[in-house]
Amino acid sequence: MTIKVLGTGCKKCRELEQNVKMALAQLQLDVQVEKVEDIEKIMSYGVMSTPALVINEKVVSTGKLLSVDEVLRLLK
Amino acid sequence: MFEAFADWVVEDVLGVSVTSKFGGALHFFIYDTLKILVLLSVMVFVISFVRSYFPPEKVKQWISGKKKGVASVLAALLGVVSPFCSCSTVPLFIGFVEAGIPLGVTFTFLISSPIVNEVSLVMLLSIFGWKIAVLYVLFGILLAIIAGAMIGKLKLEKYVESYVFHIKSGESTIQKMTVRERLTYAKTNVIDIVKKIWLFLLIGIGIGAWIHGYVPEDLLVRYAGKESIFAVPIAVFLGVPLYSNAVGSLPMIEALMGKGVAPGTALSFMMAMTALSFPEMVLLRKVIKTQLIGVFVLVVTIGIIAIGYIFNAIL
Repeated sequence: MTIKVLGTGCKKCRELEQNVKMALAQLQLDVQVEKVEDIEKIMSYGVMSTPALVINEKVVSTGKLLSVDEVLRLLK
Repeated sequence: MFEAFADWVVEDVLGVSVTSKFGGALHFFIYDTLKILVLLSVMVFVISFVRSYFPPEKVKQWISGKKKGVASVLAALLGVVSPFCSCSTVPLFIGFVEAGIPLGVTFTFLISSPIVNEVSLVMLLSIFGWKIAVLYVLFGILLAIIAGAMIGKLKLEKYVESYVFHIKSGESTIQKMTVRERLTYAKTNVIDIVKKIWLFLLIGIGIGAWIHGYVPEDLLVRYAGKESIFAVPIAVFLGVPLYSNAVGSLPMIEALMGKGVAPGTALSFMMAMTALSFPEMVLLRKVIKTQLIGVFVLVVTIGIIAIGYIFNAIL
């Protein structure tokens, strides 16, 4: 499983990264969260609104700061 | 309803006359806090819900491939409804340019989107009412179209950082949302925004209440009334650095208008606050060169000043 948080470095992006980590901890999953800040890589996912969440190379959310619960639902 | 509640608290509960300076200020504080918080929550909820139907990825698809004139009007209208936080400026800009959307049209979207946002709408509705709120939206859209067209005419593509043209963006996945999810999204936005601004709002209302109660009548008419030639440009220059506190300044503007500041001056102040923000310039610098940012600021500033004078003349 791969998880990426796409974001140019704004506050919401960092908060999303934290929420994803918390969700993973709750599920006791040992997965590294990759923070993608490189604009070229962000664009390669076709994402225009950040923060975005990518699970297994699939964009599952854009432009939203997901709560821990919402991340949990997406991980299942 | 809010008026009656504020009357009741000040006169009956606290036993202060609303016609006294202190009573007037207190009344203003209670009335405005209630009115603005309720209006803000309702508006943010409704607007966020509508916006969930217009993600920027979709906007890009709609605009690209259209004739320039159509694209530009469409970009201005979609700018009003599309959600876009300034931290998405860079990916948004690249996405548009990469999709072959002309530079001028991209700027039309970038200008229209922040000018007409939920915060400025709440400000307008609570201070000026529907009529002027609608005029503001119309002029905001017009400004975005004209400023974008001018930037397009000037052929400034050379000032776009060259890497922007080389980026290949992938296929956008647009998520499907259920109505329930949209409602949750809207609710989260209300909580987010209220959490972010309540302190600024209370401080702003406090200062507004003080102005309302203690600044002498007609003092400002001399400096910022309709007859004052320089009031509009000064208001615009003061507005730019106040970007993040747009809501907090609302009650101050309301109180100042009560003391004679002309409506066009107040409106151009608000437009400057929302349309030109320093943090956004810093972000834009990542994709365009300083010269183009300069042109953008200049064109928008002139437009806002013109709107200020027009409003002062017709209202």
